[in-house]
Amino acid sequence: MISIRNIVKQYASHRALSDVSIEIESGKVFGLLGPNGAGKTSLIRIINQITGPDSGEILFNGQKLNQIHIDRIGYLPEERGLYKKMEIGEQIIYLAQLKGLTQQEAKLRAKKWFVKLGIESWWNKKIEELSKGMQQKAQFVATVIHEPELIILDEPFTGFDPVNAEIIKNEILELNRNGATIIFSTHRMESVEELCDSIALLNLSHKILDGKVKEIRNAYRTGTFIIEYEGAKITLDSSAPFTTDAHIATEDGQQLKIHLHPQTKVNDVLQYMLPRAGITKLEEVIPTMNEIFIEAVSKKTNN
Amino acid sequence: MNKILLIIKREYLSRVKKKSFLVVTFLVPVLFMGMISLVAYLAVNQGGFGDKKRIEVVDESGWFAGKLLNTENVQYSFTDNYTKAKATFIKQDFDYLLYIPASVTNIQMFGEKTPSALNKSAIETTLTEIARAHRLADAHIDSTILASAQQEVSIDAKQITEKGEQDAHTGAAFAVGFACAFLIYLSLFLYGAQVMRGVIEEKVSRIIEVIISSVKPFQLMLGKIIGVGMVGLTQFILWIVLTMVLSTAAGSLMAGKSGAAMQQMQTAQATGVKMDAATKAAANNNVTSLLDSLNSLPVTEIVLCFLFYFLFGYLLYSALFAAVGSAVDNETETQQFMIPITLPLIFTFMIAQTVIINNPDSTLSITLSMIPFTAPIAMMIRIPFGVPPLQIAASMVFMVLGFLFTTWVAGRIYRVGILMYGKKASYKEIAKWFMYKE
Repeated sequence: MISIRNIVKQYASHRALSDVSIEIESGKVFGLLGPNGAGKTSLIRIINQITGPDSGEILFNGQKLNQIHIDRIGYLPEERGLYKKMEIGEQIIYLAQLKGLTQQEAKLRAKKWFVKLGIESWWNKKIEELSKGMQQKAQFVATVIHEPELIILDEPFTGFDPVNAEIIKNEILELNRNGATIIFSTHRMESVEELCDSIALLNLSHKILDGKVKEIRNAYRTGTFIIEYEGAKITLDSSAPFTTDAHIATEDGQQLKIHLHPQTKVNDVLQYMLPRAGITKLEEVIPTMNEIFIEAVSKKTNN
Repeated sequence: MNKILLIIKREYLSRVKKKSFLVVTFLVPVLFMGMISLVAYLAVNQGGFGDKKRIEVVDESGWFAGKLLNTENVQYSFTDNYTKAKATFIKQDFDYLLYIPASVTNIQMFGEKTPSALNKSAIETTLTEIARAHRLADAHIDSTILASAQQEVSIDAKQITEKGEQDAHTGAAFAVGFACAFLIYLSLFLYGAQVMRGVIEEKVSRIIEVIISSVKPFQLMLGKIIGVGMVGLTQFILWIVLTMVLSTAAGSLMAGKSGAAMQQMQTAQATGVKMDAATKAAANNNVTSLLDSLNSLPVTEIVLCFLFYFLFGYLLYSALFAAVGSAVDNETETQQFMIPITLPLIFTFMIAQTVIINNPDSTLSITLSMIPFTAPIAMMIRIPFGVPPLQIAASMVFMVLGFLFTTWVAGRIYRVGILMYGKKASYKEIAKWFMYKE
């Protein structure tokens, strides 16, 4: 869908993007991650053709990105806003027309979306009379009303309460099921695991990590497990196929945190443990995206 | 292109539909007419607003007794004893005490309050007339001989053109040129500032990023400038139409009243106040000559040039105003960038009232009417006096080139500026934005 190739963007005093290359597959939800100031917004603005790169190129479905692609992209910027004095319905129609819809078509679709999001009674209200959540919903409609192939959402959930965030999340997933590719820029990791198929991690203008979420998490597996068992604490001898990180008493038994030895499997652990203790739980500790994010960022920063 | 039309439409409608637009559009002509009527009314009824002043006169020369006549506003009464009159003045009912010494110099007027300029000059004129008549009589000079000796000379300005001899009406040219220049000066500020405010609004409300992910910044800027320009044209046309309607209505209303006023004047004439026949003729003459001179001006040329310089002056300046709007985060920050933009305007307007209007063909006037930043005002002052077609053509070409150039410069600043938040822009910063590549 989108091939980002060796993009460099230099502002007067600082470098926003250094040789960034990313592949975004069609029909997927792609997470663009990174701490504040990593270059996410610069990259998004280049994809939206708001600014141009100093060097490098972007392909949209194999075609060099140009003006005709503008109407096929929907963009929800992090800094949101609408004309305060303009009526909300009129405003959505205006923005949709700027994306190439006819007035009738824009009105029809806007009405449909307003009903879907439960804001149809606000059609004739001015933006300044609406609550923040309502404004955000209106802005979301403006982003997707022209049924873009590519939807770019910059921190889409800020400003929503949990109920409305859920509604918007489901709308995003539905658009994705209907074929839209989603680029999702955020520094809030918990939403990533749930929504994204693949991610790229930017830090200080460099891409430091990318790939499928599952693969990345697998790559960051360390063979760490938590075992819980009943009864008194057992003694572990040197024939155990793991090293022990922690061994503590809990309310109803003991908890053991271990690292597998190389080349050993979970079955080896069970074989060792079963004769010695009554196991109640065994769980692999896989790092969360949040931990991977922090680890990757701090590692790079330290180097 | 289609997108620019959408932007123009929104910019136009969102302003025209505002209540404030309607209020200003309809109120200005009403206020304007009201102000003119009030000024006219006050001017006509000037005398009626002053109270009658009672003046005690001590005339030691004896020239004025019986000659200082009471008027509508002043009542004189004579007394002999200056010292006594001065001592008892406070207790008495007179407004002023006029003291004329035997030499008829150093005339003094006392009062609890300072006399108004109008009263003072009226009394001065009367005294001067009487004193002069007295001295002439003393010197045995015939007043008719004197009148013919005091001839005033006036020059009839004529222009020689290919069509032959023609009256040159300096006064009318003066007035029309000044009015046109003033309108252009005013509207450049009025609508240029609206463009700037529109840009700031888009930046502050943060809608700018959504819009420029759909259209190019330059399209947005141009759409806004054209939209606001059309609002300006609409407002001007409505003002002209409304003023004409109102003045016609007021005219027919006044006709009835003025008839009554005329009658009053005639009765006043009959009872003694005589109006000099010559003065009356002159007044009639003035009215016809004014109409005459307005007709003699190159009206078509003035209208066409006014539209051209209004349009291109607006386009040129509003592009700069848009660039200023893009460089700041709120209106209070605009001051430092406004000065270099408004300075040429204010400068030309001030120069226009003195140098250009008195000497429309001087090198300075011609130069100013060629520079795009000063031409809209300078040229409009010159047009009614007659400008060679070649100069007009050259000025217009420069105007168009100037517009293209400033719009190009402004566009380069604008496209970067609108995305810069929280950064205090300096001239150095703006120069850097200008240099950025696409």
